[in-house]
Amino acid sequence: MEIPYTLTARPDTGLYNGKLGIWLFLASEVMLFGAIFTAYLFVRLGAEDGTWPDHIQNVWLGLSNTIILIISSITMVWAWVALKERKFNTYRLALGITILCGLVFLGIKGVEYHSKFNHYGFLIKADAMDKYLPDLKKMDAFIGSIPSQHVFEVRSEDLKSQEGDSFTFVPDKNPHYLINLARDKSAVAPEAAAGGEEATFTIKKDDVERWHNLTPAYGTYYAIYFLVTGLHAMHIVGGVVVMFYFLTIGSRLYKRNPEQLSNRIEVTGIFWHFVDLVWITVFPILYLT
Amino acid sequence: MDDLPPSSEAAASAQGQSTHAASSHGHSAHDDHGHEHHELGFWRSYVFSTDHKVIGIQYLWGGLAFLFFGFGLMLLMRWQLAFPGQALTWINASNHIGYQWHQIWYHLGFYGTPPIDPVPVPADPLHPPLMQYIFGKDQMPGGVMTPDFYNTLGAMHGTIMVFFGIVPVAFAAFGNYVMPLQIGTVDMAFPRLNMGSVILFFLSAVLMFGSLFVPGGAAKSGWTSYTPLATISDQPQDTIFWGHDFHFMWPFWLTGQSVWIIAMAFNITSSLLSSVNFITTIVQLRVKGLGWMRMPFFVWTQFVTAFLLLLAFPPLEAAAFMQLMDRLAGSSLFSPAGLVIGGTPLPLSGGGTPLLWQHLFWFLGHPEVYVLVLPGLGIISEVVANNARKPLWGYNQMVYGLLVLGFLSMIVWAHHMYLTGMGTAVSSFFQLTTIIISVPTILILSSLIISLWGGSIRFTSPMLWATAFLPLFGIGGLTGIPLAFNAPDTFLHDSYYIIAHFHYVIAPGTIFALFAGVHYWYPKATGRIMSEFWNKVHFWPTMILMNCVFFPMFLQGMAGMHRRMYDGGATYDELNRNVLHWNVFISEAAWLMGLAQIPFIINFCFSWKYGRKVSDNPWEATTLEWSAPSPPPHGNFPTPVIAYRGPYEYSVPGHPTDFTPQSEPPASTQTTRISGPPPAEERSIGFPPLT
Repeated sequence: MEIPYTLTARPDTGLYNGKLGIWLFLASEVMLFGAIFTAYLFVRLGAEDGTWPDHIQNVWLGLSNTIILIISSITMVWAWVALKERKFNTYRLALGITILCGLVFLGIKGVEYHSKFNHYGFLIKADAMDKYLPDLKKMDAFIGSIPSQHVFEVRSEDLKSQEGDSFTFVPDKNPHYLINLARDKSAVAPEAAAGGEEATFTIKKDDVERWHNLTPAYGTYYAIYFLVTGLHAMHIVGGVVVMFYFLTIGSRLYKRNPEQLSNRIEVTGIFWHFVDLVWITVFPILYLT
Repeated sequence: MDDLPPSSEAAASAQGQSTHAASSHGHSAHDDHGHEHHELGFWRSYVFSTDHKVIGIQYLWGGLAFLFFGFGLMLLMRWQLAFPGQALTWINASNHIGYQWHQIWYHLGFYGTPPIDPVPVPADPLHPPLMQYIFGKDQMPGGVMTPDFYNTLGAMHGTIMVFFGIVPVAFAAFGNYVMPLQIGTVDMAFPRLNMGSVILFFLSAVLMFGSLFVPGGAAKSGWTSYTPLATISDQPQDTIFWGHDFHFMWPFWLTGQSVWIIAMAFNITSSLLSSVNFITTIVQLRVKGLGWMRMPFFVWTQFVTAFLLLLAFPPLEAAAFMQLMDRLAGSSLFSPAGLVIGGTPLPLSGGGTPLLWQHLFWFLGHPEVYVLVLPGLGIISEVVANNARKPLWGYNQMVYGLLVLGFLSMIVWAHHMYLTGMGTAVSSFFQLTTIIISVPTILILSSLIISLWGGSIRFTSPMLWATAFLPLFGIGGLTGIPLAFNAPDTFLHDSYYIIAHFHYVIAPGTIFALFAGVHYWYPKATGRIMSEFWNKVHFWPTMILMNCVFFPMFLQGMAGMHRRMYDGGATYDELNRNVLHWNVFISEAAWLMGLAQIPFIINFCFSWKYGRKVSDNPWEATTLEWSAPSPPPHGNFPTPVIAYRGPYEYSVPGHPTDFTPQSEPPASTQTTRISGPPPAEERSIGFPPLT
């Protein structure tokens, strides 16, 4: 028994089965990510003043990831072309670079996640804000405001202590990127550098309405952020696993049937380009706004 | 990619000789598929099989089992609705049976005195009733259903019937078994992916069934899992049973609703992979001569259904991930700020909206309705054409209507949400599309009815179900029209009218179609035919009782009875007094209908082994699956078939028999035709000329 058109294209459609299958699968993926982007719009348009943070992601990390993924897309095509030209070693090199790019992407993503897990947000009751305001102003700290919930928001990357009835931390400065790559003590806080350590800020726990690290529970922005990027990262992992298979065990097929291997790489590539494309949508809506 | 590889030219020339790849590219891709020459073991043949026929039968058994299980859940609920708060014990049940017998005999004039209302007997606390043993002390203490357990039964009934009963049977089972045969191919395009779908479906089924036994019980927020109810329900439970802590056996945070979400994610993934497989198969693997407009209508319905699944299911998957995040990571994508539950403000960030869940859910939910209905329509079309011995009337318009239906079904979802305050402009839009979608539906149904006109109808087993399907599905469809309009829906929303309406579409509609399909293709799958006598014993009570169950619900609903009453509306006795007594009647009809399924189960199981043996084409049908041996071997057709004509060439004048199989070569160039799809063209594939 032989299933038709696994290897060659059906004339009236111009596609072999796998290629049509992956395009259909991508149609469903468009709907999957489309639903999440729609949810993003829905939640963002309905967000109350001050609850939707802007410009908090590190654009340079996001941009590097964008560039890395675009490079990996190019090398993916390179791998496919190499197979078509029956240049096996080039294929292995190109696919290896693609996998490497995927792994670097995940590494950078991990750095970003790590920073959010260790970054805290404090919602301070508006009534109690008066006594803290001068200190915060003096430190040039970032202060957000959510009028509808009667709270002010302060964030910190450096929680010194939460013992007793108060928190002690170094508040984020303006501008308030969550990851400040240029965070050099002398550059950021000259007076603190002179004194040897940064100015800390202490607040009573009773005056804090709610505090949390910057994970989905802290706000819908973070929920959407982790949802989109997490799902996207899972797609990257899936792609890397498949490519790793075709780099190792799967590449044995080359000896038996190079055309079939090149078809499989083409299909993998179509998927990989889609994952790239999703990132290119994620980047502006989460990093550039 | 402009520069096509040189191999595609070779393929193009190979296509000229034969569409069957066996001749065109040797044994190159053999590692992909099972080899037909060596024997496969038990596990590879029946459990981890890649053969579309075995997979179809796996889905059929699984789906039918779940249909009966889901029906059983409803039978339990009906006890609570008919006799609220009474213990479900042998003594109470037999008292009610005795009461009804007495009632019947009294009305017939044999007894002089009317019966006395039976007095409910509470269960003896020292000897807990059977129900308490089965469902546990938290769910049915002393045989009395708790409200939470009632909600669990409702949620699980809906979920199981829709996602684990009808879709696996109507789409996966019949689609897998029949569709590749009808397009004359050897198997699905991706056999191993197909096996993956079955495994995922099996996992999801185990999870969903198993969720009944997790601490705290299964999901209880309705099959729609509306937030914020679904977000806060099933809080982590303690895992102490019989004085021991069993937390090591089950993560405490994984409660009923979370398991529901995870099971649904598996189920959705399974459906997605299936639909990719179905569409690819239909587009790529049609045999030579089988142009688009020569496909049997059943294949068309599977094609459109697969597209609906492909495009509508992912948003629910996304929504499921979001709800899982809300439940487990504490986010508030579906919860507004300031939510207070039982006097306690929830410690959530807020910022989400329950409307988002409803939109995402119904974006799946409404196409899902057509996923349930369309395969049924396809089965009925095959059965009607075959048994009326006529071509389908208006095949072309049915096909185009189906495509329009498929498209429109994606843009009507918010008619489930008129009462959410979306705004009148949005409501008007969805009201308009909802009314428009009734046009292609009625078009298809009318074509089926007109197809009967002037036919010499054979009332075979499948045809009995098909003839019952047409009017009952019609009732379901027509009663939906008042619901499509904003104004009447405001009154009818969430009443028993809704329940009656969609059950008329799905229970006597799709499920009757499924029975028709089981009877129709049973000879193909087993080589044996199901008993016609036992089918009648099954059919007549089911048909009558089905109406006894659902028709009174229209009355109850129009009288304003709400659909989610734990006690069947007894609390609002003042409002519901005139219709409340129907609860007992409906419940009794439902229980009798449960009994009426026994002949089917016996018939289905016994015929597998002991049914009458029949020829390869017992119904004298025309479509390609009947050209294969029964049951078809691995690879389906001993010699490749070619489709020479349209799918429904019945009663062609001048032909010696009243049916002309699609695979029968033309006797001469001159063929007389009566109607139906356009005649055979020289070119093998493509749309017919528009004449």
